[in-house]
Amino acid sequence: MIFNENEAVFERIRHDISSNDIVLYMKGTAVFPQCGFSAAVVQVLESLGLAFKDIDVLADPALRQGIKEFTNWPTLPQLYIKGEFIGGCDIVREMYANGELQAVLQKEGLLE
Amino acid sequence: MTLKAEHLVELVRRHLPEAEVTAEDTRGDGAHFALTVVCREFEGLSRIEQHRRVYAALSGHIVDGGLHAVQLTTRAG
Repeated sequence: MIFNENEAVFERIRHDISSNDIVLYMKGTAVFPQCGFSAAVVQVLESLGLAFKDIDVLADPALRQGIKEFTNWPTLPQLYIKGEFIGGCDIVREMYANGELQAVLQKEGLLE
Repeated sequence: MTLKAEHLVELVRRHLPEAEVTAEDTRGDGAHFALTVVCREFEGLSRIEQHRRVYAALSGHIVDGGLHAVQLTTRAG
């Protein structure tokens, strides 16, 4: 079997987004974000009282690159809900402001 | 490497010639920009796809680090 590092990272990503309802790939952690854009998404999720899995890409260079390729999205943070890519900071903020994010979460049974 | 707002506008318009593009250097540091792209070609595309189209226009610059952060807003019209 040929070892493919990317495939190993992708496999981990698939596992994380399928075994957690809400996953945020970010710089830093929810408690200590290392980037204003990541912090902004944490703030949105916390203001809705949501539990989520935060994954710090700064702790793992292969993941930091791999998540960009997996999602075909060049920036961080990246939010996944029920295995679906929702967007980065701008999209999440926009969806929160106009209620679309809440609607997605309600549809998925993650928000009252 | 720093960028100017006009360069960003030009890069996006090279890929999306019909787009109405505005760019603002939000910190005056040539690395943080707020970019708004309004383009008829976005009609029918999800917001994620719209953003991907703009990122594609900027790709080299995001990857090589000259462009640290872009706050992106897109609309079809």
